[in-house]
Amino acid sequence: MPLLELKKVFKAFGGLMAVNDVSFQVDKGEIFGLIGPNGSGKTTIFNCICQFFPITSGDIIFNGQSIKGLKTHQICQAGIGRTFQVVKPLARMTVRDNVTASAFCRVNGIREAQYEADKILEYCHLDMSSAKPAKSLPIAGRKRLEIARALATRPTLLLLDETAAGLNPTEVDEAIALIKRIRDDGITILIVEHIMKVIMTISDRIHAINFGQTIAQGTPQETANNQAVIEAYLGEDYA
Amino acid sequence: MVAHRLLWGLVGLFFIAFPIIVPSDYYQHLIIIVLMWVVIGSSWNLLAGFTGQISFGHAIFFGVGAYTAGIFATKLGISAWWGLACGGIASMAVALFVGWVCFRLRGPYFALATLAGGEIFRLLATNWESLTEGMVGILIIQTFRSKLPYYYIALGLALTCVLSIHFVMKSKWGYYFVSIREDQDTAEAMGIDTALYKNISLLISAFFTGTAGAFYMNYMGFIDPEVVFHLNYISIMAILVAIVGGAATIWGPAVGAFVMVLVQETFRSAFFGLAPKWVSQGHALVFGLLVIFVIMYLSNGIVGDWRKIKGIFSRAA
Amino acid sequence: MAVFLQTMVAGLLIGGIYSLIGIGMTLIMGVMGIINLTHGQLMMVAMYVAFVLFEWLALDPYVSLLVAMPALFILGGLIQRYTLNPLIKVDSILPQNQVLMTVGVGTVLTEIARFIFSSNYKSVKTSYSSSAFFLGSISFNLPMCIAFGVAVIFTGALFWFLLKTDTGRAIRATAQDREAATLMGVNSERITVITFGLGAALVAAAGCLLLPIFYLYPDLGRPFTLKAFVITILGGMGSTVGAIFGGLVLGIAESLGATYIGMGYKEMVGFVIFVLVLIFLPGGLKQLTKI
Repeated sequence: MPLLELKKVFKAFGGLMAVNDVSFQVDKGEIFGLIGPNGSGKTTIFNCICQFFPITSGDIIFNGQSIKGLKTHQICQAGIGRTFQVVKPLARMTVRDNVTASAFCRVNGIREAQYEADKILEYCHLDMSSAKPAKSLPIAGRKRLEIARALATRPTLLLLDETAAGLNPTEVDEAIALIKRIRDDGITILIVEHIMKVIMTISDRIHAINFGQTIAQGTPQETANNQAVIEAYLGEDYA
Repeated sequence: MVAHRLLWGLVGLFFIAFPIIVPSDYYQHLIIIVLMWVVIGSSWNLLAGFTGQISFGHAIFFGVGAYTAGIFATKLGISAWWGLACGGIASMAVALFVGWVCFRLRGPYFALATLAGGEIFRLLATNWESLTEGMVGILIIQTFRSKLPYYYIALGLALTCVLSIHFVMKSKWGYYFVSIREDQDTAEAMGIDTALYKNISLLISAFFTGTAGAFYMNYMGFIDPEVVFHLNYISIMAILVAIVGGAATIWGPAVGAFVMVLVQETFRSAFFGLAPKWVSQGHALVFGLLVIFVIMYLSNGIVGDWRKIKGIFSRAA
Repeated sequence: MAVFLQTMVAGLLIGGIYSLIGIGMTLIMGVMGIINLTHGQLMMVAMYVAFVLFEWLALDPYVSLLVAMPALFILGGLIQRYTLNPLIKVDSILPQNQVLMTVGVGTVLTEIARFIFSSNYKSVKTSYSSSAFFLGSISFNLPMCIAFGVAVIFTGALFWFLLKTDTGRAIRATAQDREAATLMGVNSERITVITFGLGAALVAAAGCLLLPIFYLYPDLGRPFTLKAFVITILGGMGSTVGAIFGGLVLGIAESLGATYIGMGYKEMVGFVIFVLVLIFLPGGLKQLTKI
C-alpha cells in the first residue's frame, strides 16, 4: 500500500485550473520528486495535500485514509510535515524556540520539547545558531530551520518545497546530504525542486507536471529523456 | 543580580505598604486605578502583543464584567461582589461569541470588527433599558467606606493577572501564541490548532478584563454605558497602556499603566492644582497628543525601547 | 405604504451623501491599506470651516464648499505626510500603528474644535433649510436633494479623474500594487499624500452639504467615522463603486430602522449590518459581482 496517493486531483481557482487531473503514488521509504517549470502547479499540489484550501475534486489518501476534509494542523498531526518555498521563519523567536514550538506537536512539557529541539538542531547543523533570532539566519540556515521545524513534528512523510533554491553549490551539496540522511532514518520524502542536480541525484522516481497536468512519470533517467519534459523546460527547439 | 532582586523586593514592599504610608484618599484612588489598568493592559497584551490579535474592542469585556456585577445588584438583589467572581465568566462567554465572529478575519479587519463590537455593546447597554437602566446607569452602595480593602483587592488582582500571564507564556501555550503571532499559516503547518489557541488567548484576556470591570463596579459604585464601553478611554487606553510600557513584554503593561494613568491625571487635575484651570479641560487633547507621540517615537514601549531610552540619558557614548 | 416610500426616499437621499463619505475612505483604504479612523473628524473640521464662513461672511455652505474642500485637501495631505508616512518604515511588534495614529489625530482635531467652539450644538439655518417639495404625498427635503445632486456630480467627477487623468491612473496603480507602481515611476509617497488629501476633500464636501441639515458639535466626527467604515466594508474595501452602493444601502437601512424599530436603534443598524457582512459576505458587495 502506498504511503501517499493522489487520485485524480483537480484544483480550480475561479476559472483557472491549477491542478488538472493529477494522480500519483508515493511509496514508503522512497524519495519522490515533483518537477515542472515555474507556475506549473507544484506548490499548489503541496497546498492541496496540506489542505490549505479544499480540493475541487478527487481524493488524497495517506496511510490508507482519506485526508480530504481535514484541517491543516490535523494533517501535520497525522504525520505529514512540510517546508515552504518562501521560507517562513518565526522571525522574532529564537531558532531554538522555533523548533521547540514545533516539538510540542508530539511531546508535552517544556523540558521534553526543548530536548527534542536541541537534538534536531544538532541533526540539522543549526546548534551553533540556536539562541539567535530566526530572522538573523542567512538563507541556507533558514532553509535548514524549515526542515528542522518540520522534523520536530516527527513526520512519516516530509514535503520539501524548493529546499535548494537560492543556495550556492556547497550549500546545495549539504542540503542533498541532509535529505539523504532523513530518508535513511526512515522518513519518506516528497520533494519539489527546480534544480536538476538535486532532484535527479536523489529521487527514486519523478513525476513531471506542466500547466497543472501530468506530462511524464518514471525514473530520473526516463524523465530526463522524455520529449514533453524537455519541451516544457527548454522549449520545442531542444526536444 | 543581587541589586536587581533587592530593587524588585523594595518595589514590592512599597506597593504592599503604600496605603498605610500614604493615607491620602486621592493618591490611594490613583494607584487603585493604576492597578486596574495593569490588569486590563496585561490582558490586552496577552491577546495582542503575544498572540498578535490586535483588539480595538476590549471595552466589550470590561463593560460586560462591570454590568454583570451591576445587574447582580440591581436585578438579582445579590451583592455585586458576586460579580467579581462571575464578571470574568460572563466576559468569557461573550468572548466566545466575539471570537467566533471576529477570528475568521485577519489584521485590520479583525481590529475593525472588535471596534464595531465595542460600539454595538455600548449601544445595546444604552438601549436595553429594562436590563441595564440605559443612560441612567447603575448605582450601588459601596461595601467599604475606606479605600484600603479595595486597594488590596486591586493589588491581588493585578498580581494574579500578571503572574498568570507570566506562567502561561512560559508554557506550551506561550510558544503557540507567539507562533500564531509570527505566522499563522506556518503555525498551522506545525500542527498548531490556531483557531483553538486564539480562542484560549482571548478567553484568558477576557476573563481578567471582565473581572477588572466587575471590580470597577464595586469600587466606583456607578457605571453607565458611556463610561465602561468607551472607545477612547477603555479600548484605546488599553492599547496605549500596553504599547507605552512595551507590548509583548510581561511587565510592560504594568509600567505603561503607571505612566498613562499618571500623565492623564496630571493634566486632568491641572498638574495637581498647580496650573490654571484650562489645563484640566485640555486633558482629552493631551490624550490625543500622547497617542501620536507614543506611536511615532515609542512604538516598542518603555520596556521594549529601554536601551534606546537609556541611551538618551547617557550622553557619553 | 406612504410611510414606507417616505422612509425609502429619506434613506436614499442621505445615502447619497453617505456614499460621498464612504468613497473618500475607501480610496484611502485601497491606496494605503490603512483604515482612517479620523475620517469623520475631518468632516467635522470642514463643517466648522463652513460654519465660520457662514457666521462671518454669510457665505452659503454650498459656496463654502469651494473653500473647505481645498482647505481639507491640504490638511489631509499634511496629516498623511507628517504623521502617517513616517510610520510606513517603522517595524514594530504591532502592525496597527497607522490606525492608532489616526485615532490620535482624530482626538486632537476633536479637542481643538471643542476648545475653539465649545461643546455647544451649532446650526446653520439657511433660507431653504427646511423647505421641501412634494411629489404626491412624499416630501422631498430640499437641502437633501441638492446635497444628493452635488454628491452625484462629485462622484462622477471623481470617476473621471481616476479614469482619465495621469494622477488618477497613478492612484489606481498604487492601489493595485504599490511596488510595481513605484518601479514604473510613480512616486508612491506623493501619491499617498495626494490620495489622503483627496479623501479629505471629498468628506469636506459631504460635510458642507450636510451642514444645513445636521447640528454641528465637536464629537460629530466619531459616528460618521464609524459610518464611513461600515460603508467601506459593506461595499468592499477599496471599491469606489462598492462604496456608492454601500452608502445607499446604509442610508436606507438606517431610515428603515429609525421608522420601524426606533430612533435609538438607528445607529445599531449600521453596526449590525457591519457584523453580518463580515460573517457572511467578507468581500463586501463587491464580492457579489464576482459570482
